[in-house]
Amino acid sequence: MTHLLDIRKLCIDFQSASGLFRAVDSIDMHCDSGEILAIVGESGSGKSVAMLAMMGLLPWNAKISAERMLFDGHDLLGLNKRERRRIIGKDIGMIFQEPMSSLNPCFTVGFQIGESLRLHLGLKGARKRERSIALLRQVGIPAPETRLSAFPHQLSGGMCQRVMIAMVLASNPKLLIADEPTTALDVTIQAQILELLLSLQREKDMALILITHDMGVVAETAERVQVQYAGQKVEEQNVRSLFSAPRHPYTAALLASLPERARTRGKLPSIVGVVPGQFDRPPACLFAPRCAQAKSVCNENVRQQGAAHGHALCNFPLEYTK
Amino acid sequence: MLKFILRRFALLVPTFLGITIVAFGFVRILPGDPVLLMAGERGLTPERYQRLLEEFGYNRPLWQQYIDYLGDLLRGDFGNSFVTKQPVLSEFFTLFPATVELSVCAMVIAIIVGIPAGIVAASKRGSFWDQSIMGTALVGYSMPIFWWGLLLIIVFSGWLGWTPISGRISLVYFFQAKTGFMLIDSLLSGQDGAFLSALRHLILPSLVLATIPLAVIARQTRSAMLEVLGEDYVRTARAKGLSTRRVVGLHALRNAMIPVITVIGLSVGTLLAGAILTETIFSWPGIGKWMVHSISRRDYQVVQGGLLLIAVIVMVVNLLVDMAYGLINPRIRHN
Repeated sequence: MTHLLDIRKLCIDFQSASGLFRAVDSIDMHCDSGEILAIVGESGSGKSVAMLAMMGLLPWNAKISAERMLFDGHDLLGLNKRERRRIIGKDIGMIFQEPMSSLNPCFTVGFQIGESLRLHLGLKGARKRERSIALLRQVGIPAPETRLSAFPHQLSGGMCQRVMIAMVLASNPKLLIADEPTTALDVTIQAQILELLLSLQREKDMALILITHDMGVVAETAERVQVQYAGQKVEEQNVRSLFSAPRHPYTAALLASLPERARTRGKLPSIVGVVPGQFDRPPACLFAPRCAQAKSVCNENVRQQGAAHGHALCNFPLEYTK
Repeated sequence: MLKFILRRFALLVPTFLGITIVAFGFVRILPGDPVLLMAGERGLTPERYQRLLEEFGYNRPLWQQYIDYLGDLLRGDFGNSFVTKQPVLSEFFTLFPATVELSVCAMVIAIIVGIPAGIVAASKRGSFWDQSIMGTALVGYSMPIFWWGLLLIIVFSGWLGWTPISGRISLVYFFQAKTGFMLIDSLLSGQDGAFLSALRHLILPSLVLATIPLAVIARQTRSAMLEVLGEDYVRTARAKGLSTRRVVGLHALRNAMIPVITVIGLSVGTLLAGAILTETIFSWPGIGKWMVHSISRRDYQVVQGGLLLIAVIVMVVNLLVDMAYGLINPRIRHN
């Protein structure tokens, strides 16, 4: 069966003054209609960069290569800018971490939503306005008629994120990418926004890719989870088995460091060391220097496990006895 | 917005008072006795000198003179020229349209060339285009106006003979000034070729006067665009699938215009200062040339009045700029 989104061996390098920096290291990824995929990982693990690359939003110094990058039957790699724009913003929508700065301060909410409606659906005048109001109502904004003429600085962060969601929904996308949509918001608002995203996803049978570093968010929302570390995908499982039986030591360590899951009183477990940088990349397994299970072979090569072991990129995936 | 405008208006009053003190003080600080200067080489009898001092009020304390001066100003009396005996105000307004015509043309050139140049430089950062535009802007900014003007006259008027050397229109045309703006008057006159002649006279001085503001606007547009292009909302606009033209030309430019408008407003002051040199080089009969003449003739009333009027114009333009801010940036309008 063909996936809605199908990416194989995606690599992204940034040309910097000190040489090439590999931000994403041959990542495979797929997502189907109606599915919620969460991508988890700490800052710099290449979560957002991979998605921005697909959207064509990376700066010119990014070099993107992939064996395959298919969306809905289109090869995203072979498209020119104009063809890509017909898909981006229409069939793929993306919302970002900072809702307040993601909306243009010089234009009203109505203008910014209307722009999408006109570009992708060709709506004009009264019909555009009607649809904008309906969209704002759909994302739970009170008094949508008056909000149309509001500027972003007159809205709260949560409201801005709702407007962003409305703007993205304007074109009925098949895939919605939410890049840490709740990180910048208050805890109570976070829950509301997540709830909104989930209900919209169910209602419209969209695919939803949720980028986050918050395991709590993952547990509440996702169906399938992909864990990234230093630009590599280190594990992929459905959410339940990931939480009950993490296969990669990194995932296990991440879960163990959640305050809610801490088994002992006292100091919270943490992962020693830091993510490798541009110049100290380990030769084989990138996690080896920080891994408790690492053996000398881990510095020579690293093996990708099968589905039974959560596709873990690890020579010694964790085993569980039933 | 209304409150914002009213507050800006209220701020004009102390600024205006400050300028009157400078203009008033400036003339008093200058060496030389205005009455003796007026009298010229023939000299005066002591009695006549005393009478003239009293007539002009120069024998009274400075603060009283200043109060009288303010009172005159409020009644619209800017004094009379020592040389022509004409009211300063009417002389000013006879010559002002010529300066406005020149300055507006220069500003239009500076804006319609400077802003696109800045946008191109920013969106092709580090490229050949960026470097040549910014290099040219730096040269333009550093060019002394009088030298640059003379150079253009030598090349375009002298060697190539494409444009006239000086003046506002060829002497073969004659018509009554209706608006004071030569481009409009020449059109209204209906005489063949008059408009073209006026336009040809205007090109070189406008170019010379536009050079510095153009360079400043181009550099400011570039740096503002570079900043704005990295903003989250520009990424959002791209993520919506908008064309590069719309992302750069609407979403980014609208935000980048805020600092550029400031620079344009500040350039108006530079423009009027530049007009003094440009008008002198090209014998352009505007207020710049008038001021230079008055200074060399020690016509202090004119210098004092002209200074004040130019300052008021710069003030008003800056007020308009502040209002334009509010139009472009909703955050200012609502606060």
